[in-house]
Amino acid sequence: MADIVLDHITKKYGDGYEAVKSMDLEIKDGEFMILVGPSGCGKSTALNMIAGLEDISDGELTIGGEVVNSRAPKDRDIAMVFQNYALYPHMTVRENMGFALKLAKVDQKEIDRKVEEAAETLDLTEHLDRRPANLSGGQRQRVAMGRAIVREPKAFLMDEPLSNLDAKLRVQMRTEVAELQDRLGTTTVYVTHDQTEAMTLGDRVAVMRSGILQQVDTPGELYNDPVNLFVAGFIGSPSMNFVHGKVSGNEIELPFATLPLTDELCGAVGDSDGREVIAGIRPEHFEDAELVGDHLGAGVTFEAKIDLVESMGSELYAYFDAGSDHVDKVEQAASEAGLDELAGGDTNQIVARLAPESKAHRGETLKLWVDQDRLLLFDPETGERLRA
Amino acid sequence: MTDRARSERRLGWLLCAPAAVAMLAVTAYPIGYAFVLSLQRVDLRFPEEGGFVGFDNYSAVLSSELWWTDLFNTIFLSVISVSIELCLGMAIALVMHRAIFGRGVVRTSVLIPYGIVTVVAAFSWQFAFAPDTGFVNQLPLIADDKDWFGERFSAFSVIIMAEVWKTTPFMALLLLAGLTTIDDGLYSAAKVDGASAWQRFTRITLPLMKPAILVALLFRTLDAFRIFDTIFIMTGGAQDTQSVSILGYQQLISRLNLGLGSAVSVLIFLCVLVIAVIFVKGLGARQPESGRA
Repeated sequence: MADIVLDHITKKYGDGYEAVKSMDLEIKDGEFMILVGPSGCGKSTALNMIAGLEDISDGELTIGGEVVNSRAPKDRDIAMVFQNYALYPHMTVRENMGFALKLAKVDQKEIDRKVEEAAETLDLTEHLDRRPANLSGGQRQRVAMGRAIVREPKAFLMDEPLSNLDAKLRVQMRTEVAELQDRLGTTTVYVTHDQTEAMTLGDRVAVMRSGILQQVDTPGELYNDPVNLFVAGFIGSPSMNFVHGKVSGNEIELPFATLPLTDELCGAVGDSDGREVIAGIRPEHFEDAELVGDHLGAGVTFEAKIDLVESMGSELYAYFDAGSDHVDKVEQAASEAGLDELAGGDTNQIVARLAPESKAHRGETLKLWVDQDRLLLFDPETGERLRA
Repeated sequence: MTDRARSERRLGWLLCAPAAVAMLAVTAYPIGYAFVLSLQRVDLRFPEEGGFVGFDNYSAVLSSELWWTDLFNTIFLSVISVSIELCLGMAIALVMHRAIFGRGVVRTSVLIPYGIVTVVAAFSWQFAFAPDTGFVNQLPLIADDKDWFGERFSAFSVIIMAEVWKTTPFMALLLLAGLTTIDDGLYSAAKVDGASAWQRFTRITLPLMKPAILVALLFRTLDAFRIFDTIFIMTGGAQDTQSVSILGYQQLISRLNLGLGSAVSVLIFLCVLVIAVIFVKGLGARQPESGRA
């Protein structure tokens, strides 16, 4: 058990490329911390530096109060789960799980006991004498987990451990990993590019982009209170809609409607009349106007021509056009914020998540309602969130 | 089996047939012919004395001391040179695999000895070790008048050296092929698991390279067992350094005794067959480990 502290950790390669830039992160004892970001954001490099598989160029890494910068991986008392599991193909499940203990010259009886205990926890008992090649993807994943837990290390480091599984199994294993971590209470650093995994698993989530840590917060805070355009766009699925907006008095003109600004937002934009901003609205903060009851609170209704409707059964996604004259400015801001690194960054289309009872039809005009209190505003130059 | 499957299978055999016929013409026919010759008295010096003699030629070979000396020489040379080649080849393969810069240059330069004609290489080494003109005797710690080819085991050491120098690159290349199939992630996992560099080599690299090592050993042992050129150039078989291949050559070409020479050739073929079977068994025994259901 231990906390992990990254103090200005930097990874600089020989060619001058900085994969991780002065990263500060404090992972508390027993915490489940997720590092999330698009590919190439430096999250795996950061994890490898914690593991000791990559040298730290600058900064100080502490595990359990001890500076471990110059220690070999084996002397850091950490266990790692790899994306491709990295199970030893020539060893049985039992030997794979006991390998680290065997190297540490633990008594064979003790090894057997620990391996069997872990196998029981992970439902692997009947597979102990099989080789990895003869196991299914989910079983291999569990062996990789087992190899980590038999060591009872100070911390677990997991590098996209679920990304090689099919969608259904991934959801199932996600729950198992969460339960396991909760029961063992071991400090865990978990790297993923999947924001759903990040949101569902972590106590806290660290969002990274191009080697820079953007925001560290609980999943709820990240979702409701993102610090910039990137975090706002990255967290949430479907992602937040961004439109160009112009402040006038205590109202904001959006391409499809004019919304009153809350007192808080008025404070955030200051009294700069005519200021241009990027407005962010989550898909679920739209609703079919006919289905809105009084309980949804204050909002504005407007008409939009629906281009596409996707029905998910439990909900319905309606896409409509943001108006092309605003698109350029939003696209520029979004690309500066790195949102083009994300999949499906079509800034032209706005998606609204509606109740399944909605009568939305492709090509028809629909009366939509938008929640005026849930609007987020961003600076178009810096991408920073505007707050009071 | 459906008609379609049957006709496809027939087409398959038809397409293979030309290659199979060519293979049989160049392998099965000479082996069969050598076997037929080995059962007859065929001596080109006495062409009129011919006829079937059964296994007389074999008993002549097997009861001669020369055959057993030569067989010992051949096995001795094979075992020693292949063992040295395996160790050196493994070291070179590891270097080639890890080389970060100049990979191409390293690999090419390592391969150069293998590209040189054996006879040329043998002559070069013979000159190098020649007592009067060679440079080896000029080196410190070596007697100026040492006659390397005048004594059996010093001649062996030069022969082994020349063989090792020439064929280690081949061994290294085969081992390198095996080395590249090992997932780098396993080494990361082993590092985190606490394995030292030596433990990673013995517990990860070696077991996973077992098939590649066996294939490399098979190829090289078969090759080494048929050693001819180097000995022929360096000693010509003097000082009891003759190999079985040289014995066969002498009977067939120098003495023109085709019957006896063919018997030697067939015996060499049988030895090679035994070696191959042993290695292939070793390879086969490994398979269930990776593919057991």
